[in-house]
Amino acid sequence: MKFSYFPGCTLKNKAKDLDMYARKSAEALGVCLEEIENWQCCGGVFTTSRDEVATKLSSVRALKDAGSKGQGLVSVCSACHNVIKQTNHAMQTDKEFADKVNRYMAEDTDYNGETAVYHYLEMLRDVVGYDALKEKVTNPLKGKKIAAYYGCLLLRPGTVMGMDDPENPTIMEDFIKAIGATPVVYANRNECCGGYIAMESPELAKKRSNAIVDNAKAQGADMIITACPLCKYNLIKNGADIPVVYFTELLAEALGIKEEVNE
Amino acid sequence: MNKKNLREEIVLRAGVNPKKCMKCGKCSGTCPAYDEMEYHPHQFVNMVDTGDIEPLLNSESLYKCLTCFACVERCPRGVEPAKLIEAVRLSAIRKQGANRMTPNDVPAFVDEDTPQQLLVSAFRKYTK
Ligand code: SF4
Ligand code: SF4
Repeated sequence: MKFSYFPGCTLKNKAKDLDMYARKSAEALGVCLEEIENWQCCGGVFTTSRDEVATKLSSVRALKDAGSKGQGLVSVCSACHNVIKQTNHAMQTDKEFADKVNRYMAEDTDYNGETAVYHYLEMLRDVVGYDALKEKVTNPLKGKKIAAYYGCLLLRPGTVMGMDDPENPTIMEDFIKAIGATPVVYANRNECCGGYIAMESPELAKKRSNAIVDNAKAQGADMIITACPLCKYNLIKNGADIPVVYFTELLAEALGIKEEVNE
Repeated sequence: MNKKNLREEIVLRAGVNPKKCMKCGKCSGTCPAYDEMEYHPHQFVNMVDTGDIEPLLNSESLYKCLTCFACVERCPRGVEPAKLIEAVRLSAIRKQGANRMTPNDVPAFVDEDTPQQLLVSAFRKYTK
């Protein structure tokens, strides 16, 4: 199984661990993630406006590159995935917008959203399969009570992202079960941590982030997992007193390859 | 630009129809930035619809939206308020000299753990 892989700017810098654990775990699961050459930053936020072309070109180029190799595109960062998936959807459904993009790019072939886009979690669930994953787990994380933090980017808008029921998701809880731990469900798991508002109004980010951590703790969680570097930053920066870790770190741990990654 | 043209431009850019709104207020009820906003999501929808856009263009509320898509997901009428807010924000920020942030502002915000994602997202939302 081979996919085009879009790491994104943060996974090359502050979230290197999110990336390394993802790559090594994929390898252990028999999935080849081939990094797209010369990928460019997705920009972090999808601009919903139909007349914004330039800000969507890096996503279209990555999608087109994957498509030209007949591969699906996988990313791990929630933001990259959201931007790329929404861009792909716009290319599929908004002909006027797609025409503008294709004219701007002026390449031999046009692109109309043909590439399949997966978040790493979807790749685990739908391609590898959670049952197969369970069989590969050598170090089940027994007894750990883990709260999945989806945030906003993985699930919304639900009709576009198509990952799961946006109000009652299970993809991360099922992942937690597959690696042998116990999922903790709590109301704020799909509410926003404040995102980039951390820059302009740190107080708002603090309020939002604390509401998430407090809610997870009240439901008995002793750890929170996320796929998003900004969620992780906001939760920790605002005083989370239980560990907040990337889901790929626990995956590597359960597969017994965590030490290998850190060597 | 006159009122009607601006309304048309915003609606076209957003790709949504504010007329579908039934004024239930659910978008504002679910908005995590509600307390920070002078104009709340349901008011945005109404003001765009009636062409009362000038106050929005000059309001700090434009920059409080977190783009969390909660209002988009939960609006029972598919109005997608965040898309209207984004369209108005672009009208404001595309004006000459209207960038809200420059690279010189960055060092003051950054600590050793700040993810690149925070910076690129802020630049995308606050500059053209
Ligand atoms: S997208 Fe913006 S307006 Fe809509 S709920 Fe989120 S913060 Fe509020
Ligand atoms: S949730 Fe939808 S229908 Fe209700 S007030 Fe907001 S935009 Fe209007």
